[in-house]
Amino acid sequence: MLQTQSTQIEARTRAVIADNIGLEGPLLPILHAIQDEFGYVPDESLPVIADALNISNAETYGVVSFYHDYRRAPAGRHVIKVCQAEACQSMGSDRVARRIQELLGIGLHETTPDGRVTLEPVYCLGLCSCAPAAMVDGAVHGRLDDDAVEALVAEARG
Amino acid sequence: MTTTIFVPRDAAALALGADRVAAAIEREIEARGLDAHVVRNGSRGLHWLEPLVEVRTEGGRIAYGPVKPADVPGLFDAGFLTGGMHRLRHGRTKEIPFLARQTRLTFARCGVTDPLSLDDYRKYGGLRGLENAVKMAPLDIVKQVTESGLRGRGGAGFPTGIKWQTVHDASAANKYIVCNADEGDSGTFADRMIMEGDPFVLIEGMAIAGIATGATKGYIYIRSEYPHAVATMREAIGIARRAGILGWNVLGSPNMFDMEVRVGAGAYVCGEETSLLNSLEGRRGVVRAKPPLPALQGLFGKPTVVNNVISLASVPVILDRGPAFYKDYGMGRSRGTIPLQIAGNVKYGGLFETAFGLSLGEIVYDIAGGTATGRPVKAVQVGGPLGAYFPPALFDTLFDYEAFAARDGLIGHAGITVFDDTADMLKQARFAMEFCAIESCGKCTPCRIGSTRGVETLDKIAAGIQPVKNLELVADLCNTMKFGSLCALGGFTPYPVMSAINHFPDDFAPRAVPAAAE
Repeated sequence: MLQTQSTQIEARTRAVIADNIGLEGPLLPILHAIQDEFGYVPDESLPVIADALNISNAETYGVVSFYHDYRRAPAGRHVIKVCQAEACQSMGSDRVARRIQELLGIGLHETTPDGRVTLEPVYCLGLCSCAPAAMVDGAVHGRLDDDAVEALVAEARG
Repeated sequence: MTTTIFVPRDAAALALGADRVAAAIEREIEARGLDAHVVRNGSRGLHWLEPLVEVRTEGGRIAYGPVKPADVPGLFDAGFLTGGMHRLRHGRTKEIPFLARQTRLTFARCGVTDPLSLDDYRKYGGLRGLENAVKMAPLDIVKQVTESGLRGRGGAGFPTGIKWQTVHDASAANKYIVCNADEGDSGTFADRMIMEGDPFVLIEGMAIAGIATGATKGYIYIRSEYPHAVATMREAIGIARRAGILGWNVLGSPNMFDMEVRVGAGAYVCGEETSLLNSLEGRRGVVRAKPPLPALQGLFGKPTVVNNVISLASVPVILDRGPAFYKDYGMGRSRGTIPLQIAGNVKYGGLFETAFGLSLGEIVYDIAGGTATGRPVKAVQVGGPLGAYFPPALFDTLFDYEAFAARDGLIGHAGITVFDDTADMLKQARFAMEFCAIESCGKCTPCRIGSTRGVETLDKIAAGIQPVKNLELVADLCNTMKFGSLCALGGFTPYPVMSAINHFPDDFAPRAVPAAAE
């Protein structure tokens, strides 16, 4: 028998909830685990979470929409987060962000049409003494010069 | 005897290629059939030299850096396993001036040890504070922390001992220790470095806080932008549990204390303690009105100590060496040491732990060596996105909570971001407002609406639209935000904005109109 996509999402959501329900204040850990599972927080997961935690759909939606980290749709295969905070600004992060946008042909908060790369700003990676910095799929990069930026973008597109 | 080579695992070193350097060293050891092994230590905080590779020799640890993978065969050819000469050699690590001039109390082990080796931790003085604490009455622990003069290193500078006393005195079925590791301020990385480089010191500090106040459960709320810190802390907590440092009987005593890591979700405002508590409870990270104080009604409504990473990590040395030892450092009401984080456009960036009382000029010129670009320093932002911009004319300001407050600034979490003369202070002021608008939790109007109006008004000034009138409007708006906001996000955004306007008026003057295109 074929399961529809949404019942599959519901089943996987229930499994994630079961792993975390014993925690105090389990909502954020559940949402992180859901995002790890699906790559984003699907709409179908929200009523299941609300039901399990005995909170309203509105409350669940309110939490998901409050935090910058939770995605409502899948991201590109690779995610470049380019730091735009003050320490990186002092070392030309504007220029780095512009160059990445040129190379990818997209703006901040956008994904390339082929779905390969999503570009996002981030406000501080704690690499302020080796600015400008960026994070690609969780790997950190500091002291970005033009060559390093090009290599980084080429790898993400690759 | 096998030679030990140290290659840091700190995120700053990783960002500069430390993993590739470590792999190249391993390959070379293998290919040359040498008796040597690599230890992945924390960072020494000399970030301009990262990846900083050290070799333990008979003459002490010798530093080489910054090492690129391609340099590795050459280092072996130069005999670096016995401290051989090489263009990247800096001599004994501890004699490098940037390090030799520091007073390392909180960061004593950071960069020296393998962060996840409990043997290393004990060998370098770890656990002595907790061993003392389990033998003491809780109130005596609180008293020692109060006497040390330790103030919250997160930025507010509230006396740690007094906060602990309030929680100690509150009666409740359970209490919590919450470590604020939501280090979102640009220009700061001390929390990250300690979590990645010496996680046990934070665990020890939290356990001491638990015993002192009667709390049995701790949470470390780490921002999601710090995946390496999250992984290291989780691993260290597991090791500490297995060794009996955490659990039902802390170090074999009748005290129970356990803790876990929780990961933030990209909201800067969650660095504010009450919004952090809401986030831990699984709610929107909206600020709570105070009172009630978190010390009385904090996490899940229970008495809660909320302390910054560095505050908690400074406790073990106080319990080990005594409050007088710690208090001896510093000036005025700012006692002990402060880990300065030197960032941005500087020649020598990194972590510099020192007693309070250095002047800003000494920090920027003598320690940081001026700008990386070699251009003149224009401004220094102290204390992160909510800190004031200081011009060189105020570089005689001493690093001290009160001295900065007297000049309309704050030391915050002690991040120091240097800008050269290409910085446009109107742009920086606009960014401060824009950042506040992006990160506002939305609860109070001055912050939620004021930040957006601030961006618009600064844009008008940049476009030359009624600059005098609009500057007055920004000043008025900042006044409203400063006194009308619930928390430091809206309340302190006026610091960078007004300091930029007051100290750099030329940048707010009407701009030269670009030549017409036709």
